[in-house]
Amino acid sequence: MGFFTDTSICIGCKACEVACKEWNAVPEDGLSLSGMSYDNTVGLSASTWRHVAFIEQPAVRPAAPDGAGVDGPGVDSPGAESVDAMRWLMSSDVCKHCTEAACLDVCPTGALFRTEFGTVVVQDDVCNGCGYCIPACPFGVIARREEDGGAHKCTLCYDRLGSGLEPACAKACPTKSIQFGPLDELRERAQLRVQDLHEAGQDQAQLYLADPGDGIGGGGAFFLLLDQPEVYGLPPDPVVTTRDLPDMWRHVAIAAAGLAVTAVALGLGRRK
Amino acid sequence: MGRTAGRTAGRRRRGERPMVPDATFTSYYGRPVIKEPVWKVPDVPAYLFLGGVAGASSALAAGAQLSGYRELAKVAKAGALGAISLSAVALVNDLGRPKRFVNMLRVFKPSSPMSVGSWLLAVYGPVAGAAAVSEVTGKLPAAGLAATLAAGLLGPGIATYTAALICDTAVPAWHQGYREMPYVFAGSAASAAGGLGLLAVRPGDAQPARDLAILGATVELIAKRQLISRLTETDGQSLAEPYETGTTGAILRLAEFLTAGALAGAVLGGRSRAVSALSGASLLVASAMTRWGIFQAGMASARDPKYTIVPQRSSLEGMN
Repeated sequence: MGFFTDTSICIGCKACEVACKEWNAVPEDGLSLSGMSYDNTVGLSASTWRHVAFIEQPAVRPAAPDGAGVDGPGVDSPGAESVDAMRWLMSSDVCKHCTEAACLDVCPTGALFRTEFGTVVVQDDVCNGCGYCIPACPFGVIARREEDGGAHKCTLCYDRLGSGLEPACAKACPTKSIQFGPLDELRERAQLRVQDLHEAGQDQAQLYLADPGDGIGGGGAFFLLLDQPEVYGLPPDPVVTTRDLPDMWRHVAIAAAGLAVTAVALGLGRRK
Repeated sequence: MGRTAGRTAGRRRRGERPMVPDATFTSYYGRPVIKEPVWKVPDVPAYLFLGGVAGASSALAAGAQLSGYRELAKVAKAGALGAISLSAVALVNDLGRPKRFVNMLRVFKPSSPMSVGSWLLAVYGPVAGAAAVSEVTGKLPAAGLAATLAAGLLGPGIATYTAALICDTAVPAWHQGYREMPYVFAGSAASAAGGLGLLAVRPGDAQPARDLAILGATVELIAKRQLISRLTETDGQSLAEPYETGTTGAILRLAEFLTAGALAGAVLGGRSRAVSALSGASLLVASAMTRWGIFQAGMASARDPKYTIVPQRSSLEGMN
């Protein structure tokens, strides 16, 4: 089970942010203005599990073929190829519930675990706040809450799923930008949607984290973006750090063995 | 209004918002992509250093004991116990919920260097303690010898697992250096342990420490150069930059200078107590500075989105 977030129909209403906070009783974490368009939440954190990003971009729209401006005759010079415009990208960001989840892999207490729905959840009564999950996440999702010392993030409404309900954010989303369901169904739907957008001339539309062959094994929450991931603050090509861990252990073993043999041998070699 | 939320990849003064979008990379209002570690300074860099000194000292103590360097064995064991005790305090203090430190032993997960390390520490700590106590009190020498050997076996693990710990993250300046980091840490640990011996034991009785210091410092210097060289070659954006610029760069260069100087002192001034002690102290200080510098370089690479975005975008584009 997971999320397909179709950002092409997001209207930036932030109902998802509010519903998430209300359902999960997530504490308030800042009431300031950021200057980042309509985004005053700024980013995901221990007390923000849904974050709507706003990007204002100059955009060039193709003019109508007869040279008249899209906004009506006389707006453009005759024969103009394009119209200066502005486009607004809006996206509701969330924990990706990675198939290969670095946070889960590095958690030393076993607080982070994989649920029966395939999602990743922190057990708050186990977490001792070691903070290892935080730099492990390639998306900068999970964080430690100063007030209680524990790590917190989106649970994909584990308690709601258990009762057959959909997550609070998906329920609240008025445009169905946030869609919840079985991942294979969502991926099919997303493929069709992206094809539609390409046919309508939206070349930059792309799926992000929909491919099970990608660096995290595919996201339990994946996205349809209208520009490159980094425009939204997402890493272009994230890879779970654990993929390199076997090689890391190999080097550690060689270094440790080298140190052991050297230190003992040097001690022995110089008999008094 | 209407400008792309972009940021230049070059130098930028604090607080200045560039008005010109650049072609190199885009970010979301210049915000970091990943989250930097919440690990505190000095706790965690101090632990990297102390764990190294402790682990390598235990290995040195094992060799020294077997070949009759009594004074050196005593100093190395006491030093290991002191360092690992301080380490435990630093680690527990750094937890968000320190009272739950024992949850570290709830599971054993090889996929988590912190889990492996916690178990290593749980065994190594008491064993290093037993070795030191037996040495200092003279009681139970057979048990003391067994403990010394066990600590000598586990110590190198303690000194090097932390390299896997910091590299097994999304922090660019650490992760991409994972192939060299264990050797930097092993060399730095050996250098520091040798330095402790040089500082606290008279030259005639400290030969193994001197040898270990020379070898360790050499390995550390070479491995660190290799690390920087590899990081410099990252697609599109040098990941060596955080290690070479600013205060961190200055501290790391000073540490390298101190290490090289101490190395020369250890090689050339072997018989002089003063030169040995100075070399030893320099090696200890340099090792601590190196750990601090590596830690800060990682933090800086986590904060600036360019270190995450540019290499990933470059390698994606390189494949098309």
